[in-house]
Amino acid sequence: MKKTVDARGLSCPLPVIEAKKALQETQGQLEVVVDNTIALQSLEKMAKQMGLAYKLETRNEAEHTITITVGEGQASQAPVETGSQVERNQTVVVISSDQMGSGDPDLGRVLMKSFIYALTELEELPAKVLLYNGGVKLAVNGSDSLEDLQKLARQGVEVLNCGTCLSFYQLTEELGVGSITNMYEIVQSQMEAAKIIRP
Amino acid sequence: MSKLPRVADPNFLVGFEHSDDAAVYKLTDDLAIVQTLDFFPPMVEDPYIFGQIAAANSLSDIYAMGAEPKTALNIVCFPAKMDLEVLAQVLQGGSEKVVEAGAVLAGGHSIEDVDVKYGLSVTGVIHPDQVYTNTGCKPGDVLFLTKPLGVGIVCTAQRVGEASEKAMDQAVKSMTTLNKYAAEIIRRYPVHACTDVTGFAFLGHLHEMLAGTVSAVIYSDRVPHIPEALIYAEEFLITGAAQRNRNHLEEYIYFGPQVAFGMEELLLDPQTSGGLLVSVPADVAEELLSELSKLDLPSAIVGEIVEKGEKEIMVR
Repeated sequence: MKKTVDARGLSCPLPVIEAKKALQETQGQLEVVVDNTIALQSLEKMAKQMGLAYKLETRNEAEHTITITVGEGQASQAPVETGSQVERNQTVVVISSDQMGSGDPDLGRVLMKSFIYALTELEELPAKVLLYNGGVKLAVNGSDSLEDLQKLARQGVEVLNCGTCLSFYQLTEELGVGSITNMYEIVQSQMEAAKIIRP
Repeated sequence: MSKLPRVADPNFLVGFEHSDDAAVYKLTDDLAIVQTLDFFPPMVEDPYIFGQIAAANSLSDIYAMGAEPKTALNIVCFPAKMDLEVLAQVLQGGSEKVVEAGAVLAGGHSIEDVDVKYGLSVTGVIHPDQVYTNTGCKPGDVLFLTKPLGVGIVCTAQRVGEASEKAMDQAVKSMTTLNKYAAEIIRRYPVHACTDVTGFAFLGHLHEMLAGTVSAVIYSDRVPHIPEALIYAEEFLITGAAQRNRNHLEEYIYFGPQVAFGMEELLLDPQTSGGLLVSVPADVAEELLSELSKLDLPSAIVGEIVEKGEKEIMVR
């Protein structure tokens, strides 16, 4: 199914906003028409960030389209290849804080450290570990859990850290494991997961 | 501009060859005049605040040259059918900033137009030997930024109803603050290069400063910014102007793999009435930072100048 949004004549950021809104209601393909290359590039940038497949077309000077594929045909992250002996399945661990449970923060931190250690001892490792908000603090230099997370990464677990969160906590340069991700990938990873574990 | 004939007057100290902030003309051995002009349409709803912002923006170029503003002239475009009270508010805001700057509003010119535009032409004075130019950074220098980034993104978010009151307040505060206070402090230090961050965004003005002769490393974590702007950028509440900046600067910049998309956009976000970007020798950095920290708006050390390398700007 294809939906078309005519964003010609709209000044930024409206083309992107209209496209984002339409994407939420579209399964299949969304075509957005704009009248300048700058708007087209902004839409391309958005599609890339969202990890969506797209096609660009310029019909004439004032008519450019981007056709974004959503839903069934959605591009997803390629699974990480690994030579590890340990099995992986589509389980995603979501860590939203550097503490486990609510109550005493020190206890929370101790519990989280144990949890991550326990992950490394599993026979079947999760496919991904997503870290956001306070969770990113676990993945930086000086964290008690850094080595355990690195061990998971070495064995093929994809460790993904929210980039915005790292920037917010001013920890961007201190990241010690995994790669950075954005909200779209965080949502997508959980949508595709067979099981989601939230300590 | 590159097609215009170059001037051969030896008293014309600084012109547009190096994209400098203002024109500087030597009158005597001790005195040079600095001239600048800037005007634009509104980026906020309130006319009084718009007047303040536009004036602060126009005055900023004078401070970026290390000069002192002396006189200003209004430049006004206004629709015939619009309520003149709106114009009165704009001019009120503008005039208050000129007074705050210690300069005199000496008149101006208005024409009818389909929409409102406002700004100033400002004349300042400086000793000819103390002019800060854009270019002159030396490897080992430390880079300072005296206002938070993100006002473009916040104003864009505001236009589509997505900005929080807190973010908008921070943006307005930044845009209406004169660079006078930071400039007064910086004047007491050896400055190798100075510019103000406006339409070409932090990276665009940095690129001009480096002038192809040196490179810079930027610590993205230390760049002062309006916190919500980072989030809005991740939501793609960004402008075509930012995309144009990106297109123009892409080949000169390396963004480290850990730099979030939102941070990239912040560094490419066109600013209005932005802060001063200053290059000083490393040995004065700590003292300068401590003095600048006493001001209302957060200043920070955002990077350093290094020998020219493969990539002109490396953002970590």
